[in-house]
Amino acid sequence: MKIQFQLNGKPTEVEFEPQETLAEVLRDRLNLTGTKVSCEVQVCGACTVLVDGLPVSACTLLAYEARNRDVLTIEGLARPNGTLHPIQQAFIDEFAFQCGYCTPGMILASKALLDENPAPSEAEIKEYMDGNICRCTGYVPIIKAIQRAAKVMSGQ
Amino acid sequence: MSQPRSEEFRVVNHSVPRRDGIAKVTGRALYVSDLTVPRMAFAKVLRSPHAHARIVSVDTAKAAAFPGVIAVLTGENVSGVNPYYGHAVKDHPLIAIERVRYAGEPVAAVIAEDERAAAEALGLIEVEYQELKPVLTPKEALAPGAPLLHERQFEAGALRGFEGEVTAGKGSNLCQAARVKWGDVEAAFARAATVVEGEYYFPMAYAYAMEPYVAIAEVSENGATIYSSAQHPFMVRHDLTTVLNLPLSQIRLVVPFVGGGYGSKSYTKIEPLVVACALKAGRPVKLQLSAEEAILTTRSDDALTWMRTAVDGQGRIIARQAKIYLNTGAYAENSPLVAEKAANRAVGPYRIPNVEIECYAVYTNTVPASSFRGFGCAQVTTAGEAQIDELAAKLGRDPLEFRLANAAEKGDSFFPKMRPFDGNLAEDLALAARALDWGKPLAKNHGRSIGCSGSDAGAYPLTSAAVRVHADGSVSVMTGSTELGQGSHTILAQIAAEELGVPFDRVRVVSSDTAITPYDRSTGASRTTTLMGRAVLEASREAIAQMRAMAAQLLSAKEEDVKPISGGVECGEARFTWAEILSRYFGLPDGDVLGRAYLRKTGDLAQLPVFWEVACTGVEISVDEETGSIRMEKLATVGDVGLAINPALAEGQDLGAAVMGMGIGLFEELIYDGPQLMNGNLLGYRVPRFSDLPREVKLQLVERRDGVGPYGAKGGGEASLNSMPVNIANGLFSATGVRVRRAPLTPEKVWRALKENKR
Repeated sequence: MKIQFQLNGKPTEVEFEPQETLAEVLRDRLNLTGTKVSCEVQVCGACTVLVDGLPVSACTLLAYEARNRDVLTIEGLARPNGTLHPIQQAFIDEFAFQCGYCTPGMILASKALLDENPAPSEAEIKEYMDGNICRCTGYVPIIKAIQRAAKVMSGQ
Repeated sequence: MSQPRSEEFRVVNHSVPRRDGIAKVTGRALYVSDLTVPRMAFAKVLRSPHAHARIVSVDTAKAAAFPGVIAVLTGENVSGVNPYYGHAVKDHPLIAIERVRYAGEPVAAVIAEDERAAAEALGLIEVEYQELKPVLTPKEALAPGAPLLHERQFEAGALRGFEGEVTAGKGSNLCQAARVKWGDVEAAFARAATVVEGEYYFPMAYAYAMEPYVAIAEVSENGATIYSSAQHPFMVRHDLTTVLNLPLSQIRLVVPFVGGGYGSKSYTKIEPLVVACALKAGRPVKLQLSAEEAILTTRSDDALTWMRTAVDGQGRIIARQAKIYLNTGAYAENSPLVAEKAANRAVGPYRIPNVEIECYAVYTNTVPASSFRGFGCAQVTTAGEAQIDELAAKLGRDPLEFRLANAAEKGDSFFPKMRPFDGNLAEDLALAARALDWGKPLAKNHGRSIGCSGSDAGAYPLTSAAVRVHADGSVSVMTGSTELGQGSHTILAQIAAEELGVPFDRVRVVSSDTAITPYDRSTGASRTTTLMGRAVLEASREAIAQMRAMAAQLLSAKEEDVKPISGGVECGEARFTWAEILSRYFGLPDGDVLGRAYLRKTGDLAQLPVFWEVACTGVEISVDEETGSIRMEKLATVGDVGLAINPALAEGQDLGAAVMGMGIGLFEELIYDGPQLMNGNLLGYRVPRFSDLPREVKLQLVERRDGVGPYGAKGGGEASLNSMPVNIANGLFSATGVRVRRAPLTPEKVWRALKENKR
């Protein structure tokens, strides 16, 4: 079957089997391997993408459910000229990743948070981000990166 | 982020942004999971539902006929390979042969055009089993008359890591015994003033590297190429030489970015199976495990430790005795070495004149256990550091002051035949104490604990590096160390940039391709900064020496008159950059210079360990008496790293390790319900999340420049895990006076202990 959707700002049409998940379609059919798959049971957040601006686990969402919707993956976050999104830059500046496997999902979840709440408190960050696991950093640098990005994005 | 702190260095000792930063925040960093090769097929694995059974028959006819299926591999039809592997003991069949020894062991693999066809065909394989009695704990496995997991004796693997007899297969389920002994323990206990004794449990933990094991194998008349998520590509290569009966040169391991390791990806895992699948299918094959399957591949050794420790009338520790039983699972993997390290590390960083430690790694019908961040140390520190606090309590002394009074001092030969202790615990413990406001009154139901560990780092000095200076003066560092996230690409580039006087951005690190990069024994045991860092430093200097000689020749000058300066040389009035030397020497603006270094066990690296990995961690916790739940209030780490090549990365290692240790102290545990894992997935196996973080975190690095690594660096990255589980238990005691000797301290366990104590 075929669906159309908006992918990283571009109208996209893709053919796939009905049982395929969004993560499979992104990774295997569209070669967008930035979306990582880890726990496959919606607890780790590594496969987080934004669908209509909200964080979704692509590993368990049927690709069909993304039809006619707006999907943002990590590949669509930086500007076409390569300029990083402030959240991406803040993750680099704060050493907010090590192995990097959780990072695409972590950054997209952070974007959803900051879109909804441009100046989150530390407690709000911890609560919102609790569905994204990082096994390397111990989280503190990620919180700092989100706080740094919030400042940059609000022009402070 | 740490601020730059050093005037002396241009690039090292600064928190330079990660080399892999842009790749990792844009999703462009490639892991084996993301790779495809032409004509690639996909494998899926059928796993045993039984913990111990004889395989009576495997019928693969229906699966083989399923559309899209290329071949089905079983223990019966595996061919063209030597199916047994293992760097310590060659006891591990790449697929079950005649017997299964744990629930989850691979029994068959379907290779198909796509993963879905392979997965569907698995359901068509019919296996008939004859169940055998399983043994699930070391106690059951060592009982007289227990069923044996392995009936024949195995060859020692080529790279087992220590001198020791292979115990495995000698008529019992004992996989390996290790022993440490000095002094006269019995006499010391007989004259002791105070003794504590107890049994402690360290749980079966799962490292949860977020990228599950994955490999792609391609075998042809030109040899084998394997893309793998392995930490130690050269170790895997060595194992595969016997599996495939090919020379080292014909086996190429390529490891791109790895999605977390923490020891769980050290040594050979699924590579032999994938190689056998590729041979069977006559095609390149990819096998991507799920997280659930990763849990069925490797876990940590859980440990039951009986220990007693004695002090004399002056409060000096005079003896320690322990028996440690490691639940090693169905195959040896790295557990023989874990056993040896656990025995060594049970002594703790203390001066103890009489010691007797025995450690037994025992086969059971459970998932094979192997390395896990700092292996062996957390297991026994959970007992040892508890006993230090128990003794302090019994003597009415402050646990910090009691620790300080007995801790090994710098230069102490507290462990016979090993390198004298190179840590300074008096200073480090004091730093941790200050961060916790040690001595100040605590709120109700709050408790504090400080713990320390000193590990004889398992970093065997056998490491080479090559540094290529190109015609434009840019540099490639060729290293067999794998970028697991620890930041090896960054720190190795920093060292080369520092030495050669070139900008950091002009250095590229090429890593972990056994066909190209020089040998490194492993990426583990916190060795990379110390050993590979030093090899890169020496190789850079060797390249400089070559270019200096070239310049001398070009100038018809004496070599001693040509002086290296940052980014080139000077000789009298003349100054040349590296690029200028190369283009003049080769006659064209082209060519390159290859500097190299070989580190081996000689000179200041002759005595092991090459460094003691020393760390202190401290916590303040609060306990909810109603629910038994423990909340982290404060966390302090002190990492003795000699010199931090990149302070932010070093602190990141300490925090990551401490939080992992906190998870084991509070809730992480794989639980067997009979022969089946009850929580073998990420729904059931809980790891730390944002909401588990301590309210306050203070990370401190100690830099005395006293290591054998570059500029005095020493390894870090494991040690902050070791004392965290026991800190939780000691913190609970500090808060409530109740001691729990089994980690993790789940709310239920704590609630029951508090309730029992009230009665």
